[in-house]
Amino acid sequence: MTQPLLRLTDVGKSFVGTNALEDISLEVHAGQVLCLLGDNGAGKSTLIKILSGFHAPTSGTIEVDGQPVVFKSPRDVSAYGIATVHQFGGTFQLMSVGRSFFVGVEPTKGWGPFKRFDKGLAGEIAVREMQSLGITRVTDGKRLVGSLSGGERQALAIARAVYFGANILILDEPTAALGVKEATHVLRIIMQARAKGVAVIFVTHNVLHAMMVGDHFAVLIHGRKADDFHKGERTREQITDLMAGGEAMADLEAELAALEASAGSTGRS
Amino acid sequence: MTVQISDTARPAAAGTSSGRSLRNLTYRPEAGALIGTLGVFVFFAIFGGTHFLASAGTAAWLNVAAELGIIALPVGLLMIAGELDLSVGSVLAASSMTMAIVSGYWGAPMILGIVLALGVGVTAGALNGLIVTRTNVPSFVVTLATLFGMAGLTLGLSRVITGTTSVALNPDPGSKAVFGTLIAGQFEVAILWWIVVALGVGWMLQMTKYGNWILAVGGDKESARAAGIPTNRLKIALYTGSGFGAALVGVIQTILYNGAQVANGQSFVFNSIIAVVVGGVLLTGGYGSVVGIVFGTLTFAIVNQGIYYTGWNSDWASFILGVLILAAVLMNNTFRRLALSHAPRSGKKA
Ligand SMILES: Nc1ncnc2c1ncn2[C@@H]1O[C@H](COP(=O)(O)OP(=O)(O)O)[C@@H](O)[C@H]1O
Ligand SMILES: [Mg+2]
Repeated sequence: MTQPLLRLTDVGKSFVGTNALEDISLEVHAGQVLCLLGDNGAGKSTLIKILSGFHAPTSGTIEVDGQPVVFKSPRDVSAYGIATVHQFGGTFQLMSVGRSFFVGVEPTKGWGPFKRFDKGLAGEIAVREMQSLGITRVTDGKRLVGSLSGGERQALAIARAVYFGANILILDEPTAALGVKEATHVLRIIMQARAKGVAVIFVTHNVLHAMMVGDHFAVLIHGRKADDFHKGERTREQITDLMAGGEAMADLEAELAALEASAGSTGRS
Repeated sequence: MTVQISDTARPAAAGTSSGRSLRNLTYRPEAGALIGTLGVFVFFAIFGGTHFLASAGTAAWLNVAAELGIIALPVGLLMIAGELDLSVGSVLAASSMTMAIVSGYWGAPMILGIVLALGVGVTAGALNGLIVTRTNVPSFVVTLATLFGMAGLTLGLSRVITGTTSVALNPDPGSKAVFGTLIAGQFEVAILWWIVVALGVGWMLQMTKYGNWILAVGGDKESARAAGIPTNRLKIALYTGSGFGAALVGVIQTILYNGAQVANGQSFVFNSIIAVVVGGVLLTGGYGSVVGIVFGTLTFAIVNQGIYYTGWNSDWASFILGVLILAAVLMNNTFRRLALSHAPRSGKKA
């Protein structure tokens, strides 16, 4: 196989008292989607914070393009072409679409002391990039980010990451707060980014969403990698059971069936 | 549902550009502030009568607005960036006492007193910024501490050096003309300074990338830092600006009133925050405009002075102000929610 864009080897993170992550090894390839599955508290956010430069790992190594790297800050990370879209996508609720798209990389026009932020251009580019991801309802770059729907906000954040040349895109629960239609749209955008050769790390606890777009899957349980498999190697039931802790789901089904049976015999008469 | 209805009527309604721009105004931070200013102006024009509307009445509130505005603008920038500065009262007192002692008590050239006074303001501001960014203690606490600390320092040093708490100054005609004249015998030259500061600060917030940084830092500090914005340097610069604004008013007052007192300036601590908040700036940061802050300042000044023209007992001024602040903030919240729930109509069909 080709060299992975990003490789984690035995990465661990311990906070005072707890081991949030232990011995995580993962590979992410260009043009592929790696789905990171896990229940609440499994350590998904901690892993993302390591990959976006907010936490330093306590052990293990990270390689980008085969070169070992140490992320010193979130800014440092973007220099390696890694972009993270945090949950709810984009955080500048009260800024306009155009302004927020270019935070920190504002296009300017004019000269010397009259150099100014080209808000018109910023708005145009932001709207254009969102439209290229199929968001046609946003036509005005002056709109506030907070007035966009959850899916549109995800699209804005993804468009921004891709526009500024991210080749590793990390999405934290991008579909969690969305309705069915919007979630589908975000999944389509993930596939678009994948088609452009971007490596995507898609964090979710929705097995269905993961199976629709994933090439490769990793399941985290209590900070450890419980399973690691390629598309088609597991059924949906197997993954759900694994995430819920082994046989728990089958037990629950049996219990529910028993409850239903007893309700049928007494309640329906 | 009303959106649906107006959709069909849009071709006719959107035809007038003034109708469209009026509607777009409601999506801007200063929408509520503009209504507030117009409201209190009409109110006092009715109850204050011709004296309020005469040039003396206008000068009264414009003068108050100018001095407050020079401080409220940089304080407002800080608040948009998500930080408070309560220390402006003591910074004003410290810089005006510095000037009065240097150029009045010691008799040094006026220009030296002015430069040192502004230097005190800039230093105090930078110090606030350094402490806030280095310690991560909330700026409310840090600047509350420097407010008290500097008040004590000013009082103590003034008494040690001069033996009194108020020092006279005899400004030369040049400084008087630049900082402390009354134009047409009524209008403080500070009004011109306020306009200059408003244009400068407005340019920076609306037109430059630094304005974008300020909005971003106030909106979400962590994301702004992740996007590569030097958040600490930005905040130190903004605190320095706020110190400069307070010191400039200190210089203006000292020259205008031919002297300084250690108790000067404390009213600006809360009044600047009122002007900024009434002006539509979100107290937690990330939202606001310079036009709004200017209107907020005007609203405060009109209420502050207008009461004297109504013939009512001026004891009620604070009560009216309290009601007004609450009303203004509620109105601003409404407009902000409006901006967050709808897109401004650009006239194009989606
Ligand atoms: N800053 C922190 N300090 C201490 N413990 C933490 C910290 N962040 C996360 N943890 C712990 O690490 C574990 C994994 O959390 P997290 O990565 O947020 O899980 P997930 O995102 O999968 O729900 C949890 O037990 C959590 O309490
Ligand atoms: Mg999480």
